[in-house]
This record gives sequence, C-alpha cells and structure tokens, in this order.
Amino acid sequence: MVSPLTKKLLRDLWRLRGQVLAISLVIGAGVAVFVMSMGTLRSLEEIRAAYYERHRFAEVFAQAKRAPERLKTEISRIPGIKRVETRIVEEVILDIEGLAEPATGRLISTPEGRPATLNLLYLREGRSVARAQPDEVVMGEAMMMAHGFRLEDRLQAVINGRKRTLTIIGVGLSPEYVYSIPAGALMPDDKRFGVLWMGREALEAAFDMDGAFNDVALTLQRDADATAVVAALDRLLEPYGGAGAYQRKDQLSHWYLQGEMDQLKTLIVLIPPIFFGVAAFLLNIVLGRLVATEREQIGLLKAFGYTNRDVALQYLKLALALVMVGILVGFGSGAWFGRVVTGFYADFFRFPFLYYRLSTDVFALAAAIGVMVAALGTLGAVRQAVALPPAEAMAPAPPTFYRKTLLEHLILLVHFGEPTRMILRHIIRWPLRSSLTVLGVSLGMALLVGTLFFIDAIDHLMEVYFYRAQRADFVVTLVNPRGPEALHEMARLPGVLSAEPIRIVPAKLRAGHRERRASILGVGPEADLMRLLDEEERPVPMPPEGLALSVKLAEALGVGLGDEVTVQVTEGRRPKRTLHVVAVSESYIGTPAYMGLASLNRLMGEGAVISGANLMVDARHADSLNRRLKDTPAVAAVTVKSAAVESFEKTMAEAMMAIISFYIGFAGAVAFGVVYNSAQVSLSERARELASLRVLGFTRGEVAYILLGELGLMVLFSIPLGGAIGYGLAWFWTVSLDTDLYRIPLVVEPATYGIAVLVVVVAGLISGLLVRRRLDGLNLVEVLKTRE
Amino acid sequence: MNDTRTPTLRAEGLTKVYETGDVPVHALNGVDLALYEAEVAVLLGPSGSGKSTLLNILGGLDRPSGGHVFFHGDELTAFDERDLTSYRREKVGFVFQFYNLIPSLTARENVQIVTEIATDPMDATEALRLVGLEARLDHFPAQLSGGEQQRVAIARAVAKRPKVLLCDEPTGALDSKTGILVLEAIETINREFGTTTALITHNAAIADMGDRVILFGDGRITELRENTERRPPGELVW
Repeated sequence: MVSPLTKKLLRDLWRLRGQVLAISLVIGAGVAVFVMSMGTLRSLEEIRAAYYERHRFAEVFAQAKRAPERLKTEISRIPGIKRVETRIVEEVILDIEGLAEPATGRLISTPEGRPATLNLLYLREGRSVARAQPDEVVMGEAMMMAHGFRLEDRLQAVINGRKRTLTIIGVGLSPEYVYSIPAGALMPDDKRFGVLWMGREALEAAFDMDGAFNDVALTLQRDADATAVVAALDRLLEPYGGAGAYQRKDQLSHWYLQGEMDQLKTLIVLIPPIFFGVAAFLLNIVLGRLVATEREQIGLLKAFGYTNRDVALQYLKLALALVMVGILVGFGSGAWFGRVVTGFYADFFRFPFLYYRLSTDVFALAAAIGVMVAALGTLGAVRQAVALPPAEAMAPAPPTFYRKTLLEHLILLVHFGEPTRMILRHIIRWPLRSSLTVLGVSLGMALLVGTLFFIDAIDHLMEVYFYRAQRADFVVTLVNPRGPEALHEMARLPGVLSAEPIRIVPAKLRAGHRERRASILGVGPEADLMRLLDEEERPVPMPPEGLALSVKLAEALGVGLGDEVTVQVTEGRRPKRTLHVVAVSESYIGTPAYMGLASLNRLMGEGAVISGANLMVDARHADSLNRRLKDTPAVAAVTVKSAAVESFEKTMAEAMMAIISFYIGFAGAVAFGVVYNSAQVSLSERARELASLRVLGFTRGEVAYILLGELGLMVLFSIPLGGAIGYGLAWFWTVSLDTDLYRIPLVVEPATYGIAVLVVVVAGLISGLLVRRRLDGLNLVEVLKTRE
Repeated sequence: MNDTRTPTLRAEGLTKVYETGDVPVHALNGVDLALYEAEVAVLLGPSGSGKSTLLNILGGLDRPSGGHVFFHGDELTAFDERDLTSYRREKVGFVFQFYNLIPSLTARENVQIVTEIATDPMDATEALRLVGLEARLDHFPAQLSGGEQQRVAIARAVAKRPKVLLCDEPTGALDSKTGILVLEAIETINREFGTTTALITHNAAIADMGDRVILFGDGRITELRENTERRPPGELVW
C-alpha cells in the first residue's frame, strides 16, 4: 500500500510539473555534458592507449637530411633506448583524378615483406607492400575515404622529378597519423594531404637514399631519461642535417589528440558545475517556497507525531525524484550527444576503431553528482521545515517584513509609482536570491557567448591569416633551394599575376636560457603577398636588417623589441649570429620568425636562392596552372588558398554547428529554467497581493507588470553580466588553447552577443507568457478567502 | 418606504451554484436586494450562508449563475472583464477580514496605489487621517498592529471616494476594542461621504450600527430588519 506521504509526494511533483521540468532540463544539460565529455574522454583514452601499445607508437622522433644506415647502431647504443626504426620520409606532389590542384603525399618507408619495428601499420583492407613491386603503396584511410578510392586504384606522383603511377594495394592506419595534418595547416584536408606507405627499397631507389635514412623513431626503456636521449640523438644526427629530435608530446598527431582530450577535461571541469550550481539554486528556491506554503501542513504532521526526520526526508525525496528526472534526461541526451561527438572525432581522428562506450561508472558518477546537487539544493528548505515548532507552524506566517534600505533611498530619488516600488522592494528584499537569479540567467547567456565566440574567433583568424598576412593564392615550395631564375620561371607560369620569393630556413633561436626551434622566413623588401602585421593587425614593412618574431615566439623566448636573440641555423653551413628583434608580428598560426630576404641570404652565404614562391593568380587560369605544377618535378608542394579555405570552412562548419546547436539548447534551458522558476515562485509568493490589486481595480496588464516587470528587470540586469562572463569564458578558452601551433584570437562580434541576448530574451518571454497565463487565471475570490 | 429611496445597487433573483465537486453547492438561492444611497446595511448570518458570495458579486469580483445586478442604471451582470475591472477601480471600495495589504508598500503607498489609478481620489494622507493613522504613514504592514492594518485597508478602500464600500468581516480577526476602532472608521466615512456601505458579519452585536439588517440563511435572505436609529460603534459591546 502506498503511504499517504508518498501519495502527497507524487501529487506535489505533478502539481509542480512545470518547475520540475524546468529544473530537470538544467540538471539534464549538466549531466549530458558530463556524460558526453567524460564518456568521450574515457573512450579516447582507452582506445588511444591500446592502439599506441599494440602498434608500438614511438616515443622519440627525429628528422635529418641524409644519414648513413650504420648510424642506427650508434643510435641504439644511446642509454635508455629500447627499439630503433630508421625510415625514409619524403613529401611528393600527387596528381589525383578529379582533383584540380596538386595534392601532397607523404611517402613513408615500410620494410618490404615484414612488419616494421615501430609505428606498426594497421591494415584495414588489402595487404602490405611486397618486395620488387616499387609502385605499390598502402594509403592512409583518411585520404582513401576522402577520394572514395578502392583497392587497385591508381594515382600519379612526381617522385624525385619523375612522374610515376602508384597502385593502392592496401588501406592503412598508423598511431603516428591518428590526426593527419601537414605542418602549418590548421585543419586536416584529407583530399589534399595524405600518407602513403611505400617499400623501403623502392624509396631508397627513388630518392637515391641507398643505405641511408632521413627519419628515425625510437622507443625508450621504462626508466629512460627522454631529454638525455633527445640530446644524444641530436648530437649524432647533427652532422647529417638533423633538424632536432623531439618527444612524443611534440609529435603533431599526438599533440592534437592530446589537445582535444585536454579540452574535454577542461569542459568537464568548467561546464557541468555551472549547470549543477544553477540547478541547486533553483531547487533551493522552489523547495524553500514549497516549505513556506506548506508550513501549516508541516506543523500538522509534527503535531500528529511525525518526526523531524520524516519531514526532512519528505522534502529530500521530492528533490531526489526531481533530480532523477533530470539525470535520466541527461543520461539519454548525454549518450546521444556523446555518440554524435564521437562521430565527429571519428572523422578527425583515425583509429582502427572508435566508439562511444557507455561505461557504468560515468553514469554512476553523474548520478552521484545529481544526488549531491539535490541534497545541496534541499538543505536550506529542509532545515527551515525541521526548525518550525508545530504550534508556530500551524499559525499563519506574519506579513513579510519590508523596510526602506539605503539602496532604495538612492534608487527612489527618482519618483516611481507604487507598482515599480513593489518590484524594486521585492528584488531588494531578497538580495541573494535576486542576485543568484540574475547570475543564473547570465550564466546561460555566457555559455552561449563563450561557445558562439569560436565562430567569430575562427572567422577573424581566417581573415587575418589568409587575407591580411598570407595573401598568396598559391604557395609553391621547391624540392631544393634554387637561384633567382626559378622565380622568373614561376612568374611566367599561366595565370600568374605576380610572384614573390620565399626563403625558409630552419633555426634554433636562443635568448638567455630559453630556446625555440623556428623557421625563419625571408621576406622581400616589397613583399605584398606575405606581410607582417602590427599589434592592430595592420600590415607593416619588414625592416631590412634584424629579426622579426611572431607574438607567440617572442613570448616563448621572453623577448621584446630591441632585445637580442641568437640565431643558430640548422641547415647548410649552420651559421650562428646574434640579431636584434626589430618587429613583433601577429600570427595566429605557428611561431614563425622573419628576416629581410637579402639579409637572410647573406647570413646563409649561399647566394640569392629561394625555397619557393608566393603567387597571385588569375582564378580563370587556375586550372592550367594546376596542371603545369603537377608536372613540374622541382615542385615539392603546392598550397592553394581557395581550396584550403573551403575545406577549412566546411570542416569547421559541420563540427561547430552541431556542437553550437547543443549549447544553444543548453543555454536556453538554463535561462528558461531560472526565469520560469523565479516567476513561478514569485507568483506563488505574491498571488495574494496581486489578487488584492485586481480587486482594487487593477487590470490584468497592470498586475502582470508587477510580476513580469520584476522578471524583465532581472533579465535586463543579467544581459550585461552575461556578456561580461561570456567574454571571460571566451578569454579563458583563448588562454587554455594558446599553443605553439595556433592561438585563438579573442574576438567576440556584436552579432554573437545579439544571438545570446535573443536566446535569453526568448527564454524569458516564454516563461513570462506561461506565468502570465496562470496570473490571468488567478481566482480572486479563492485567493482572498483564505489566509496564506 | 424603501421605494422612496434611490438604490445604488439592486440584485434580482441572484443564484450562484458552485460545480467544483460531485455535488453542486447552491451558495445563493434567489436573492432580491437593494442597497440604498448613504445607508449602512449589515449582512448577518452564519458562515456558509452566502453573504460573502453576494458581496463578491455586488463588488464585481464574481459572477452569478443566474439573475441580474444593477449599479444605478447599468447592468453589472452584462459587464465584460474590462468593464468589471473599471467598475471596481472607480466605484467600489473593499475591506476584507485579512486586510490584504501589500507588504512591500508603506501605509501611505498602500493608499497611493489606489489613488494613482482613480479619477477623483482624495489625498492619501487625508484618507489615512480619516482613519486616525496620520502618525503611521511611513510604516510597512509588518510594523503595524492588526487594527492598524485594517484601518489602512479602509483608508485604501475609501481614498478613491467610492460609491459603494463593501466590508467582509472587517473585524473578524480583531479583538473587540480594536474592532470598534475599525467600525468607527467605517461609520465616519459613511457619515462624511454618504458612501453606500454593506458590512458582513456573523457578530449580532454589530447589527445595531446599521440602518438596516439583512439576515442570511441557506443562500437566501431570511429577514429584513430596519433599525430606528443607528448606534454609534463606540456603544457596541461584544
């Protein structure tokens, strides 16, 4: 048999269903974000760990120009090393049917006829390369899917000056290319960049690397000192054009994956607490009000002999029931959200398998947090109920005590009518509740600003990077640096309107004890296609002498204008010189350094050579230019801006829009939950006074003004606060995403605030309308007949 | 003799049936009544006899199930929601057992809230002086005694210079000494402004302050009695 108290509980829940739903939505949003991010993080962590281990992902990596194979023995003698794998890695131009622009393929050697020692391939389909079949390749799954290739499909590659036809005999994945992105790119572009595994012997033959290697990967023994290994490896490779060894944490694919996982961790710490905090606050006001309206019933229960514990449990159970609804909503939407997000991850991150695992402990943890929220939100109300002595509880509550505060004297210097005074006094009477209501709505809006901001930031980043700094339509890099005649040749290619030289030199920069690796870009005196930008992102000319640094690089080296930096070039004759910082340039992508072209060439002492060119191209001739470039052996890589921008926008748009629509929903839920509950509680508290006003001859509209005016005022207050917190949230993201690879500019467009305000206002209007309906239906006679 | 006076409010065949439960409740069973200008009519009867229902209908707070109510020449029962609101706003003053003051407004502001929307109100301070509260103008309800709160409610009801003052158990929550102060205030208003006053009570002693006494039972008028002379509230004892 159901106890009367349980029946009361169920009926209370039903009676408060609107508020139950609103609070459940807020808790649900918190649980959903928690279940999504925690579940996704767990899945990624587990899958990554298993993949890295089973496929022996290396721990230290290094590239060189050309090192003899015998160096491998010396490398394996470095203390702490477990396994060594030498490889040949070269980037080539690919000519793919159906793709106008030349694509870039990264050819990686793999031993013919046996598995590699490290970075083992996972073969999704087909087989690995065979001995004496030099034109066979295993293609990375990403590019394979981007082009819809099938086994036995062919593609053209310009390999060391010769055009060859390669046959795809397998589809592979590697822990080294979970995220396959060319250096310097912002987003993967699987149509134009792909990884190809080719036989070691075939690559040796193609690139004249017989008995040599240019890439080495190592694993370490358990207690090895990675820094010492890196230093030792650098020393061994230095004579062979070593570009500097690095640990797994700096490996590009791993770095991005780790970054994504760190972001998920930040999300877990930052977002769900907002929802849970708001939910606890809402529970607190709703239950507080319930206890206030039921004080006579509580007195009666106690008079009948129910214990304080019974009474406390009654309200705790109500809160728990309410939270359970939220938790269930959160489980459902979180699991779904998790699957959607994992789906996006599966597009970006190539694992042999990636799934969203619903682990019970994540759910248990979410449920435990929900229960804690219930307890926290109920505490005040339950204490209030327990503290009531039965006799006092059964007597009606005295009128709420109001008084004029100093604040009111200040505000009411202006003459307001009585209805407005009622609004202001009610807000001032419960300062904590009013502030928390304002804060709650603000947080909803802040979430929106903090999410939508990414669109603004990325737009701004694109604008600055692609249209103010890197303005070339085509960027062509050459296999080897060549003399000035190469620039003239490129200028004469079809459709080329202007061509500017590029010189790229790898170097170590040192200031005090800080050291960074960077590419130094030589900038011509009249360069217009690659420009330096000042703090306001306006183009400034490159000073002919001295060194210019990107903001991030200057920060990393701890230097500013006029400071000295020691430059140690790591190729050619490896010159070393100390230069003054003459400019600091904004560049959101990478950490480049710049020098005047002439001054860089003097430093290198190799004459007036270039490593490539920035081209401005007549779009109408882009196709014939593409065709020519695909057939030019000297060309190592071509970047076509329009293609890069398009693919970037498409990828970003898909992923961001889905996530953003979730957040619009969540933020709306928070704003609606807070406004609706405040309105309901206000209505319940003031039903009697509002009915009195109706009796005195106030119209429905005039009475609604008092209730809805208060809500409107709170929403109004929350808008600037929400904007400010949202900006703070955006700032927090830019700081936590500030890396060497890219930085997110702190740009929030007015439209973003506009959308956030709109969502909050609409949520406010909907709650207002719902409450207005109840207000209009207020039974004057009923309300006046009884005392509270 | 009744026929010679002008009725302010006139009810004909009023019925009111509440259909809330399984059994319909007949609150009014055909009430015919006129309230004349400047009179004090005391409605006397046990609780549940239909007095409050009648008063609520006369005040435009509730609608009858059958019958008609006329205010001067206008048929109240034909008014829509907007007309009823404006009727309450301009013509009627209410006083309830539980005062129904706005806790967030001071005594003066509780009166001003009405004077601001009325067409020809008296000054709020003046209204409070009439009920003897000129010293408590800036006190909030929580700072006033029950009798003082009720007198604020009376000041609020009369400040608009209503044609009708409807009081539902105005002394029900008060001790007799305070109750008399409240009744004196009502009597003063009636005398000074000639406001038609209807006063509900189940306290027979109060009946003597009225010009007429209307006795209620089971949703109908059981007896109409005229007092030859009104007794000042100060002389009432209960």
